[in-house]
Amino acid sequence: MAVMTYREALNEALREEMERDPDVFLMGEEVAEYDGAYKVSKGLLEEFGEQRIVDSPISELGFTGLGVGAAMAGLRPVIEFMTFNFAFLAIDQVINSAAKMYYMSEGQFPMPIVFRGPTGAALQLSAQHSQACETYYSHAPGCKVVTPGTPADAKGLLKAAIRDNDPVAFMEGESLYNFKGEVPDDDDFVIPLGVADLKHEGGDVSIITHGKMIHVALQAAQKLEKDGIHADVLDLRTIRPLDMDAIVETVKKTNRAVYLEEGWPYAGTGAQIVSMIQEEAFDHLDAPIIRVTQADVPMPYAKNLEILAKPSANHVIEAVNKVLYR
Amino acid sequence: MAETKTKAKKSSRKKSDALAEHGISEELALELMRDMLLYRRFEEKAEEGYAIGKIGGFCHLHIGQEAGAAGSIKPLRDDDYVMSAYREHTQALAKGVHPNAVMAELYGRKDGSSGGKGGSMHIFDADCRFMGGHGIVGGQVPLATGIAWKIKYRGEETVSLVFMGDAAVNQGGFHEALNMAAVWNLPAIYVVENNEYGMGTAFSRVSRTDMSTKAVPYGIPSHTVDGQDVLACYAFFRDLADKVRHGAGPQFVDLQTYRFRGHSMSDPVSGTYRSVEEVRQAKEERDPIALLRDTLMEAGVLDQETLEEMDAEARQVSLDAADFAEASPPPGPEALYANVWAEINPNGRLFFDGRPESEEAN
Repeated sequence: MAVMTYREALNEALREEMERDPDVFLMGEEVAEYDGAYKVSKGLLEEFGEQRIVDSPISELGFTGLGVGAAMAGLRPVIEFMTFNFAFLAIDQVINSAAKMYYMSEGQFPMPIVFRGPTGAALQLSAQHSQACETYYSHAPGCKVVTPGTPADAKGLLKAAIRDNDPVAFMEGESLYNFKGEVPDDDDFVIPLGVADLKHEGGDVSIITHGKMIHVALQAAQKLEKDGIHADVLDLRTIRPLDMDAIVETVKKTNRAVYLEEGWPYAGTGAQIVSMIQEEAFDHLDAPIIRVTQADVPMPYAKNLEILAKPSANHVIEAVNKVLYR
Repeated sequence: MAETKTKAKKSSRKKSDALAEHGISEELALELMRDMLLYRRFEEKAEEGYAIGKIGGFCHLHIGQEAGAAGSIKPLRDDDYVMSAYREHTQALAKGVHPNAVMAELYGRKDGSSGGKGGSMHIFDADCRFMGGHGIVGGQVPLATGIAWKIKYRGEETVSLVFMGDAAVNQGGFHEALNMAAVWNLPAIYVVENNEYGMGTAFSRVSRTDMSTKAVPYGIPSHTVDGQDVLACYAFFRDLADKVRHGAGPQFVDLQTYRFRGHSMSDPVSGTYRSVEEVRQAKEERDPIALLRDTLMEAGVLDQETLEEMDAEARQVSLDAADFAEASPPPGPEALYANVWAEINPNGRLFFDGRPESEEAN
């Protein structure tokens, strides 16, 4: 095991997959000479040259579509969004082109492409730069959605996403890039899509979450331990495909669940998960499931308001207390 | 049919020189005539199929614009790529997709080029390198640019030719794509089928500048071609594709044409946005099939009997395509969940409607 940052783990995954397959290239704003806005692609230009590490103009719609066309023709593009906040400009090409091409051509054009970049809020970046975007992508059949929360998951899942033959929205956490963790040394370390990971084990309540919210959930779980409450923290890791077996398993064990996500509540990922739990494990529930989300408002700038808007460990603890009727 | 009846009216052009001027053999000229007749009869058959309810949804016909399909695609190599928007039936035929497969797709049948799951707007054929069939105005322009990117990435000597309507040049993606193609010197040919109207809106009402200026800001050479003159088109695209495959970089073509039918089947041929007289005049003076017929007859390359034989053949192929489509079964219910995903991951769930069929597909 090597200790490295989330950023370094992503960088290793890119490097290894590019070495492995000459059809893989990285395109996006500032990915080459600047080493990436968040330095994820540091050193890759030197190693792979400007044909494979490509600085694009600020043209999200254009270079996303270019990537989709390149994938149609047989390449395996990795398209970097400086953040998914800017990817709204490109969502036509992700949903209308990438996610549907295989189906509407009756399987003639597979779409092996990864769209990656940070999603969610960082610190005081205000409304247009602070939003969790998973739901927009998971809504569309044909698109897979991956949200790693640790360096090991970032590496293993990015490698799987690049090797996958479907379009994958690979959503990183801006505030996670400096987060350190252990990553297996194996240069063929791949985490299959669709496998959740129990990040903390307890029998009293299930906190189910994804992406960087696992850290909020773990913080809550640690505080709850002091009160003698032991929580399962289930990290979905990928939202589509979804490890429903793992969800049902933890719910059957604890009979109480909280869904924590960074995005807004309306038609959020949690809404989907809660709906499925009541369909598939209703008899195992001892309390209604509660969701913890961002406040249902655009992200404010003022520091105090931003703190109020973001889901926190305290919000999670409150929700856990509710489902435990404490 | 008007386009196969010889008219006495003389054009001012020197028709007998046309073949020599464009370096086109008599044999090739006749082949282009045969192709255009097929496109015309095929579309008329589709029109009929729509009228009797065999074809549903949106259906956009190419009647009047046939020279643009034959004249730009026929000079290409089999391994060149062609992509289009949603008025693409004849372009698919030109790239080699079988008429039966195209018609069956319009009918929504199993033997259609997309198994009945794409329809009129989404004809695809990977083997023919016909890359669709795209339904969002201008959405295909970045895609074709990506195909050109792949050609350059792999060092191939092919070209990526993409059609769009005149309205597409007002989309942001058009401008983003052309800029990138220019910056990276990609082997892309952007062809605007300029039929003067984006649906019911005249181009002059939505652009202060002429079509020929649209690619200029990006440093891309711009060409204007008479899209009703198939010989001129053929010669132009033959030479252009050759230049592009040898490194000339992206090109922009204003292919001036006219649509003889409505925007789609639900739109009258003329009405609020263009006059009956305008359409009548265009049909009279700018019918690409009639223009080629006059040229070839004047040059003594084509006689009435041969023309009628060719036309009969085109009608037969179209009729056969309709019969084939009619005989082909609709896609089975198992097709509903097929090909949503190229890779069904061994773990996790991909379908969420809770139906047993989707669980099986998982």
